[in-house]
Amino acid sequence: MTTFRNAAAAFAFLLSLLFSGLAAAQSDPAALFDQLGKANFAETEKIIAELGKTGDVKLVPAFEAFSAGDLYLRKEDGKVFVARGTGATLQLFNPATGEATGEAAKGALTKLKVNNTVRRAINNALGGLTLLSPDKAVRFAAAQAVLKSPSADNLALLEAALEKETDSGVRTIMEEAKAVSLLSSDRPVDQKKLAIETIKKIGGRDAIGILRSAEASVDASLKPDIDKAIAGIEDTLKLWDAAQNVWYGLSLGSVLLLAAIGLAITFGVMGVINMAHGEMVMIGAYSTFIVQEFIRQNAPELFDWSLAIALPVAFVVTGAVGLVLERSVIRFLYGRPLETLLATWGVSLVLQQAVRSLFGPTNREVGNPSWMSGSFQLGGLAITWNRLWIILFSIVVFLALLALLKRSAFGLQMRAVTQNRRMASSMGIKTPWVDAFTFALGSGIAGLAGVALSQIDNVSPNLGQSYIIDSFMVVVFGGVGNLWGTLVGALSLGIVNKFLEPYVGAVLGKILVLVLIILFIQKRPRGLFALKGRAVE
Amino acid sequence: MITQFLLRGFDRKIVAVLFVLLAIGVLVPASNLLLSPENPLHVPTYAMSLFGKYLCYALLALALDLVWGYCGILSLGHGAFFALGGYAMGMYLMRQIGSRGVYGDPVLPDFMVFLNWKELPWFWHGFDMFWFAMLMVVVVPGLLAFVFGWFAFRSRVNGVYLSIITQAMTYALLLAFFRNDMGFGGNNGLTDFKDILGFSIQADGTRAALFAATALFLALCLAIASGIVSSKFGKVLVGVRDAESRVRFLGYRVEHIKLFTFVVSAMMAGIAGALFVPQVGIINPGEFGPGNSIEVVIWTAVGGRGTLIGPIIGAVLVNFGKSVFTGAFPEIWLFALGGLFIAVTLFLPRGIVGTIQHRFKARQAMKAARDAESGIDSDTKIQPAE
Repeated sequence: MTTFRNAAAAFAFLLSLLFSGLAAAQSDPAALFDQLGKANFAETEKIIAELGKTGDVKLVPAFEAFSAGDLYLRKEDGKVFVARGTGATLQLFNPATGEATGEAAKGALTKLKVNNTVRRAINNALGGLTLLSPDKAVRFAAAQAVLKSPSADNLALLEAALEKETDSGVRTIMEEAKAVSLLSSDRPVDQKKLAIETIKKIGGRDAIGILRSAEASVDASLKPDIDKAIAGIEDTLKLWDAAQNVWYGLSLGSVLLLAAIGLAITFGVMGVINMAHGEMVMIGAYSTFIVQEFIRQNAPELFDWSLAIALPVAFVVTGAVGLVLERSVIRFLYGRPLETLLATWGVSLVLQQAVRSLFGPTNREVGNPSWMSGSFQLGGLAITWNRLWIILFSIVVFLALLALLKRSAFGLQMRAVTQNRRMASSMGIKTPWVDAFTFALGSGIAGLAGVALSQIDNVSPNLGQSYIIDSFMVVVFGGVGNLWGTLVGALSLGIVNKFLEPYVGAVLGKILVLVLIILFIQKRPRGLFALKGRAVE
Repeated sequence: MITQFLLRGFDRKIVAVLFVLLAIGVLVPASNLLLSPENPLHVPTYAMSLFGKYLCYALLALALDLVWGYCGILSLGHGAFFALGGYAMGMYLMRQIGSRGVYGDPVLPDFMVFLNWKELPWFWHGFDMFWFAMLMVVVVPGLLAFVFGWFAFRSRVNGVYLSIITQAMTYALLLAFFRNDMGFGGNNGLTDFKDILGFSIQADGTRAALFAATALFLALCLAIASGIVSSKFGKVLVGVRDAESRVRFLGYRVEHIKLFTFVVSAMMAGIAGALFVPQVGIINPGEFGPGNSIEVVIWTAVGGRGTLIGPIIGAVLVNFGKSVFTGAFPEIWLFALGGLFIAVTLFLPRGIVGTIQHRFKARQAMKAARDAESGIDSDTKIQPAE
């Protein structure tokens, strides 16, 4: 390996000797261009670099023409021209000045060949040249191009450009580009040290790549610096990865929260095990589908508002289903939680099959409004808009529900019935109606969850089933009868799940979480935030 | 005195059912093997296999009834014990295939060759021996039930919470068995069985023997369960169901009682699974599905929980209905099953057998009251001296 590297270095040294002599002889751009006509690919590269070093902005069109394959050699005198046009005769331009110099038949010209190495050299040179462009956007793009493909040849140009640069944004990129280019140059060690610091600040996987490739060529005394810089960048990346996992976890947690919070009402407050809760979520998602279909057919311009319209629709539809369910089945089963579980499981089967018969067993297409699609970058985080909105939405729903329970007359009655049914009844509260509307409220919130889930999950008759066990886990983990417990439970389960995933895979992660919850319940049979006092039994 | 009389009556019913089961176990295979297909009394092989499947389900429901009906533990994870027993049997049957598999490997089952595995995982060793596999059929579910129950009952997780975590248990196992790296065939499970104890699994004789074995084991487990519930221990068990705290204050170790019942029940479920697999010819992770376990509950509820006979009748009836419905109108089946769940809990909370027994008891009580009024001693039937 070492011998090979040594041989390669020696060869490169010889080559550069040869060409530096060649370039010193003819640094005039026009002459350099003419040399291109006879050069092989390796020589072409060198000549392009020389041309780039002139810093002459006027050469940019010629470079672009070369890259596009519009640079031709005139056979009769060996001169090189930019030739444009279609047909048998082409317009000729001087590559160095850009002036028109007549025309020639296509047969009298030979196209100069370009391969990928040459194209890369052209791009490098172009990057250097356009650094001096008067247009800020062009300079910015050029600096970024240099940053992506660093080359020691651009160093002088970059320094010249930096001196003139006034815009701070472009300056930063230029500084970074300079640092990257410096590493592969023959500048003194202390300058390189500074450059390593600058690269470390850029961060990201690209920076690690640059440093790794530089490590092979730089002075041995710099190696510890580079290693330190790489380690530093890796630490930052790890932090960002952790942050990304937290974000994914929050996102999953908010979905769990939405799915579970309705259950926290029916199970936690009323003690009713509603196995059909997942189907309420599904009905909410299908309500969204129907609303969107209606809008698509009748008022396509309202499509961006479809979710806002679907929210009340889904709430009312699922709330109504819940009300009917409570009045027709569940009220006969109060105080018999295991029977309730069985009956609502039956209800869930009926609802699933009903939806399957009505809408078919396949997934239904629910679109994302424009403000929910796409993503943006925040530091090292990639954040998708729909996840962000769902997190915000779940928080809003949670707070609204909390306010309803703690501040409204209905919430007061609800809590009174939960704590002491007989006493509440003798104070004149119509407990059956409180039960019915509490159940409707829990179901309605499941419908809201369905609207949100329709944006990130497949809308199919099985939608609810995939959430029901997780939702129960959240409520049981968080503690029954406590909304805060549900919040903490959902978020922590979401985050734990996402932190386990990179190490053990998605499925095993989920299994581990389930096992952890089962173990946790042994330790605290009433969940994280257990109710205390008389309400427990 | 009255209770003793009733208990004796109860035992008589169990004995009757035992005889019926044994008769079925002898007569159905005999009719299948000995009578010609033209004979109106001939039972075709497919019908026998189907009925054998129902009997496996009946055994599973019986196992559930022992814990739910008599101990008040509603397990929504009994399907897991059933499936584990099934997998143990499936592993034995897989090892019996030998080099007759598609890839012809003498030791590795096809799916392992397909996954490029080089040697048998440690937990597959021993399953080439029938006795070992049969031991595992009861040991693995029993062990899981023991560990799970040990934790759950000791920390007094009960009621709905217990139901939910048993459901989480079977769900976790479902996810685990779906994984290819687990070494149980992943999604496809274990199938393509060739023979059992050297007899071809497709042969009529083997199927008849399997049917007879199923009926025999069902009868045996029914006898064991009946023995448990009619013993002194069974009385305590019912006590735990109806007033757990009181039984605890009387000095009984409630968690030990629950644990024992749970483990026995899980072992029965494992046996049911082991009998099920050779008759249907496949075991896959779908058997762990939480929905399956809840279905077992409804069979038990339909037949009548806490009656031992009820779950057997319920399982056979509901599954017969399922076969008929899914054949004739597949759309309707889930409606029917869902409706059954609702209707049974609302209108028939005691189940079929439970309702009949209740009526019977009520009539007995009424008769006893009438007799008492007229002065007849209800036990001795001695008329009062005039």
